Amino acid sequence: MSDVKKTPLIRLAKRDAMDPKYAMLIRIGSILLALIIGSIPIILTGVNPFKAYGVIIKGSLSNSIYLKQTIKIAIPLLVCSLAIGPCFKMKFWNIGAEGQLTFGAICSAFVAINLGGKIPSLLCILLMAIAGALGGGLWGFLPGLFKAKFNTNETLFTLMMNYIAIGLGAWLQGGPWEGRKGTQIVPMFDKSTYLPEVFGVQCGWIVALLLVVFMHIYMNYTKHGYEVAVIGDSENTARYAGMNVGWIMMRTMILSGAICGIAGFLVLAGANHTFTKTIANGVGFTAITVSWLSQLNAFVMIAITALLAVISKGSSTLNKQLQVPTAVSEIVSGVLLFCMLSSEFFINYKIIFRSKADKEVKA
Amino acid sequence: MQNKCAIELKNIRKTFGPVVANDEINLQINRGEILCLLGENGSGKTTLMNMLSGIYQPDGGEIYKDDQQIAIKSPKDAYDYGIGMIHQHYHLVDVFTAAQNIILGLENEKMDINAVNDKVKAICDKYGFNVDPKKKIYDMSVSQKQTIEIVKVLYRGAEILILDEPTAVLTPQETDKLFAVLRNMKKDNKAIILITHKLAEVLDVSDKVAILRKGRYIGTVNTKEATAQSLTDMMVGHSVKLNIDRPVYPNPQDKLQISGLTVVDNDGVRKLDNVTFTAKTGEILGVAGIAGSGQKELLEAITGLYPIKEGSIKFIRDDGAQEELVGKTPMQIRQVGVGMGFVPEDRLGMGLVGSMGMTSNMMLRSWKSGKSIFFNKKNPEELANKVWKDLEVVTPSTEFPVRRMSGGNIQKVLVGREIASNPPVLLTAYAVRGLDINTSYAIYNLLTEQKMNGSAVMYVGEELDVLLELCDRIVVLCGGQVSGIVDARTTTKEEIGLLMTSVGGKEATNE
Amino acid sequence: MNSLFALIAAAGTYATVLMFGTMGEILTEKSGNLNLGVEGIMYMGGILGLVAANRYEAIVGEANSIGFVAILVAILGAFAAGALAGLLFSFITVTLRANQNVTGLAMTTFGTGVAKFVGEIMRTKLNGYVSVSNHLKEAFSFKFMPDFLKNIPIIGPIFFNQVHFFYMGIILAVVIHLFLTKTKTGLYLRAVGESPVTADAAGINITAYKYIATAVGGGISAIGGMVFTMTTAGCVWIEASLSGIGWLSVALVIFCTWKPMNSIWGSMLFGSLMIMYLWIIIPGIPTEIYKILPYVVTLVVLIISSIRNNKDKQPPASLGVNYFREER
Repeated sequence: MSDVKKTPLIRLAKRDAMDPKYAMLIRIGSILLALIIGSIPIILTGVNPFKAYGVIIKGSLSNSIYLKQTIKIAIPLLVCSLAIGPCFKMKFWNIGAEGQLTFGAICSAFVAINLGGKIPSLLCILLMAIAGALGGGLWGFLPGLFKAKFNTNETLFTLMMNYIAIGLGAWLQGGPWEGRKGTQIVPMFDKSTYLPEVFGVQCGWIVALLLVVFMHIYMNYTKHGYEVAVIGDSENTARYAGMNVGWIMMRTMILSGAICGIAGFLVLAGANHTFTKTIANGVGFTAITVSWLSQLNAFVMIAITALLAVISKGSSTLNKQLQVPTAVSEIVSGVLLFCMLSSEFFINYKIIFRSKADKEVKA
Repeated sequence: MQNKCAIELKNIRKTFGPVVANDEINLQINRGEILCLLGENGSGKTTLMNMLSGIYQPDGGEIYKDDQQIAIKSPKDAYDYGIGMIHQHYHLVDVFTAAQNIILGLENEKMDINAVNDKVKAICDKYGFNVDPKKKIYDMSVSQKQTIEIVKVLYRGAEILILDEPTAVLTPQETDKLFAVLRNMKKDNKAIILITHKLAEVLDVSDKVAILRKGRYIGTVNTKEATAQSLTDMMVGHSVKLNIDRPVYPNPQDKLQISGLTVVDNDGVRKLDNVTFTAKTGEILGVAGIAGSGQKELLEAITGLYPIKEGSIKFIRDDGAQEELVGKTPMQIRQVGVGMGFVPEDRLGMGLVGSMGMTSNMMLRSWKSGKSIFFNKKNPEELANKVWKDLEVVTPSTEFPVRRMSGGNIQKVLVGREIASNPPVLLTAYAVRGLDINTSYAIYNLLTEQKMNGSAVMYVGEELDVLLELCDRIVVLCGGQVSGIVDARTTTKEEIGLLMTSVGGKEATNE
Repeated sequence: MNSLFALIAAAGTYATVLMFGTMGEILTEKSGNLNLGVEGIMYMGGILGLVAANRYEAIVGEANSIGFVAILVAILGAFAAGALAGLLFSFITVTLRANQNVTGLAMTTFGTGVAKFVGEIMRTKLNGYVSVSNHLKEAFSFKFMPDFLKNIPIIGPIFFNQVHFFYMGIILAVVIHLFLTKTKTGLYLRAVGESPVTADAAGINITAYKYIATAVGGGISAIGGMVFTMTTAGCVWIEASLSGIGWLSVALVIFCTWKPMNSIWGSMLFGSLMIMYLWIIIPGIPTEIYKILPYVVTLVVLIISSIRNNKDKQPPASLGVNYFREER
């Protein structure tokens, strides 16, 4: 029942549902297209793109050292993507994973610095994890509270919270927690705070995979997950079903923040063993795109995270072997995200050209 | 010298898919006249006017302006022909001033706010509006916003104004003011079309009345020669026999006592005003009224979804104990053991989750049950299969998103769920809207079944023929007030039609 | 007190960077597009402005290079980069209807990547150093106001001892302010951002407005990045130093409640807070905490305006939401 004017040259119609096979083909096509576009900067540096992509794959997966580093990159990204899932399902635009991770790490580091070596290792690690979850949870709760009570714009709120957390981190790094004066470096934590390794990689990967399973179950089989899904579809329906929309919003944000905080703990205790203000390093932002592109499916998140981690790690190998700037990784990732974002359009909409539309009318 | 006749419609026809919205409409609109377009909901008034304002184009027939045949292809064309429509939903930018809104989209207008203000003032003075062009929209009342819409149309030089139910949102005083303005415009030789259901207003302000019924043109009469009764008769037509089975329940008891119920919306408009009635077990209580007379608010208030200003809603238990529902949330109402089924008007926006399948939608009522953190999918699954089978829902599976089902099947899913627990109170809003005949009858039977099970069923409907044959008693709402409660077995369509259109139940005498 | 004025005076250059970044994003957001890619866009502006000036000098020769032309070339280079990014953003969100938040974040990744890449390539091509000659450096940082004005106590250093970009920024703020409030096109643009349904019904071409506003906005933001490289950073590409400025600009947009005139004093305030640790030490408050203040005050502004629900201080009503006519 749209405006009846002359039929435009190109018309869009929402597709009912595309055959999943074709949808998958379009998505794979978009990744290929991204790789082709992404080869432009590689060519500019005078390197054969086939060779470069080969190096990226080999340099991230071909031996155990590379693989471990790739997994190390993937862990926080995957955990944060999982954390954001329920928020987006609820249509709550939490772009504060960066800050939630950072603040979680701050709380975790507080425990490590004050208790590391003084209490049994396992207890210390456990306390660090709890502190991380609490810190991240607090950072998620605040925007949830204000959204529920005053309808404060959550996108802008969570964005500001990121920089407040990072700023606090900067202060701690250069102030109270600084090691030798003037170094701006927090001393390495006591060894007892280190996460144990499993198969040579910090056990964070197990936590991440457990979280995948947890999130899958949480979203698909629990009452909480059901509430979140109903709110995301229609707040009115949620109220009709007797749900307390405001509380569910806050609760979900606490959970999301807590998981981001755990991501911070994993980076801290599993990889860095010290605190820096850049501990999140953009992971919180990238996770948002991962979460969105995987359409909130926990298992798809593994695939997309793996793809981005491979590009990231592979590019640093590429840099060492062929002197291609590491920034190529960001360019390729950016193009990849653009292409995948755009591909959804072709999955959701039919493009109808005028002549064809006329025929449809006659038929 | 201008023609007296501004616009003439000849044999206008418009269809939406299989639905004929307008057929063989002939209408003549004169300058210096106010024409009321009268008809029930769904009689095709708005569709017809949308064709004049360029939103739709007719499938057949001709439109003449000053004896020249014209084609109105877009809202802009309509403006160019001097036709301006004031829709029910205003298109205004909240943070802009009145003047800024008025010049929005005008191509040949220079951005000289002072000149605009002057021109707006001139228009206002001419017709007796009271508008501050510098005032922001968000500071305005509904009636002021409406005024801006009217000025906007006049500013664009409209000679023919169409107002779609302008008084629905106005207080009586504001309505009087609007009518004064309309009379001034009439003196200025404008042609005015007023879409309304309110007979008192029709008789008050119009010169002629054109009547539509079910998409067809019934005729035009001079207002002077018309009475409320004669207009109602033309509007509702003769009763059509539907043969809906209406058994009698042996021993009806009071179930839901509503007294003095008043609710106010965000704009401060009283959506329900001192509503009092009782719903009984074993009866279908019809709720009749023009769209927007407070039906939606009534049902939502009973279910705890709409904030209540005053009044009480008492649920009477089988043992005679009374439970006050005012002040309780939907969840609290359920927790105190008051079973209520509710089929809301907005099926996908309130009653169901469009992106989920039947099973998950069945869960919307039972999700909270049990102590486990996991939801129980077994019972909803069984219920979904039962509804699927019993109500013959057409869907590939119980996981298929309900959004992609047809309207009739969506409604079966919703009604099926709501009657599944045999609730002592069942509220339904427009339960058969948009459904085909067979599905409609299926729904009627389900409701009657519930009634015979001893439920107190409320049926908010729009087709009087159905209300008359399905219900036992009918509450008629008009402007948020109860204008009458009638026995559906003895009343007539004309009587209800009159109650629906008489403000404040002045003419209501039954009971 | 004196050190406070000295601080404000010194903040001018930093403020200029923020002013451009903010004004660009205000223009973008007025169309309803929430482009969170400002960070990436300012990065690109930062490097491409420098590269443009550097190439200009390489082509005409150091001796023949003219400061004014170099500045013009740098502005154009940065603007072009930002405008292209804005167009790309519009294409993906308006035409292809993708989520704005996610697209903006991808733009940040992409933009910083491109900037670092170009910087790296230029560095290797030019044997380790991208810059311009000293006289061009002077041209970029030249403070052209006469000495007697600069020497007025208090006011002099704050208002007259600033680089020319500072005044350009102020002029631009006034221009954008007048554009938004006094011109028809500006009114239409705001209508698009506030209520696309209304604008569409009034026959305004929403797509065109969104594309153009976002492209021009991106271009203006990118100029901010260029100003940073060419003044604060001394015409040298130091990729890490630009980090966070784009996000600060996004914060400033909220702080200014989407009003370009507020960006003048707002950016002075934010600029002062960012360099305050160099000037004023308040006992008990660590310097790093100063740098959080802009975000904290922004948050407070956001919360207060949402609690008060003051209609004039809200984000454009359709901000971040894509408009599809068929869903009307």
